[in-house]
Amino acid sequence: MKCRKCGETAVLELRRHNAAFCAPDFLEFFRNQVREAIRKHRMFTRDETVLVAVSGGKDSLALWDVLIDEGYRTTGLYLDLGIFEYSVESKAKCEKFAAARGVSLIVSAVADEVGAPVPIIKDVTRRPPCSGCGLSKRYLMNRVALEHGMPVVATGHNLDDEAATLFGSVMHWQTDALPRQSPALPSTHAKLVRRVKPLYRLSERETAAFAFLRKIDYIVEECPFAKGATSITHKEILSRMEDASPGAKHNFLFGFLDRARPAFERAESVLLNECARCGQVTTGTICAFCKLADQVKRRVAP
Amino acid sequence: MKVILRNPRREVDVPGNRRVKDILRELDIIPETVLVICGDDLITADQVVRDGDTIELRPVMSGGSASGR
Repeated sequence: MKCRKCGETAVLELRRHNAAFCAPDFLEFFRNQVREAIRKHRMFTRDETVLVAVSGGKDSLALWDVLIDEGYRTTGLYLDLGIFEYSVESKAKCEKFAAARGVSLIVSAVADEVGAPVPIIKDVTRRPPCSGCGLSKRYLMNRVALEHGMPVVATGHNLDDEAATLFGSVMHWQTDALPRQSPALPSTHAKLVRRVKPLYRLSERETAAFAFLRKIDYIVEECPFAKGATSITHKEILSRMEDASPGAKHNFLFGFLDRARPAFERAESVLLNECARCGQVTTGTICAFCKLADQVKRRVAP
Repeated sequence: MKVILRNPRREVDVPGNRRVKDILRELDIIPETVLVICGDDLITADQVVRDGDTIELRPVMSGGSASGR
């Protein structure tokens, strides 16, 4: 198989683009897709500092790598979930990445903020671990950005993540979730920073290939709590569809963003308040994060 | 030839002198879900892997709470 651009031996075939690329041309293709995402959705400017949420995995470190190379001002944020050896290793990967590139990394531990690490939160709430984990991440990413005066948080969500989330929302017709699914969510309150996903045009396999070719030392092992997660099941279903019909995931997500999402956006907007406890944004009186922290503290208090 | 699989890490022996896509089919692995690594290189599905070679099929799928990915 030959590179579409230069004719050299290809290292990666992208069936949905009916193309294959050699390593240098694939890296350029990848960076162009990120540039296009940032440009199209005006995600951030070179005058702003972007808080890049990093997990030690391929996606977030690939994103950070591109943004650094593109000359953006960035600071990393690693949220220590306290998930046994997995968190120890993923934190070390992020610290090594930041040190090698001379960029700053903020580390925040969920256990310090909530009162217990994710495995204990799972037991206390008796809900899937991804539930408390996701809630904590969203809250802490926004709060850390605000505390450090950064107007935007960038996450490593890729095309597969977004297609799987959309699939899950549609399967349950969660019409309140559909308007919020976007590559770029604007700030709708003084205490909410923008949230952007510059990798949304790139598949999971493409981000993995980029990380490999850039020799980024990322954590290959999966989070021990991800096994059996619904999002994985949805990804497997979508990957089978993609295998049978290249471009299926892209068409599903981009068709939604272009043609269906605007219809859901017209729905009534929600009223945003400030949490009576922590001052962060919520639709109620006490935010979900504070409720979670209360629940954890009641159960784990000596 | 040897095939390294991940999560959990393990090795399997399969007949070589075949294209990558044939090996993936035998192992019931969707090509979209893995990188195929041979030495320090990525290889495409049409490449032939020889007896005595080792390839790694590195999964690309991650899941769970994607909020901070």
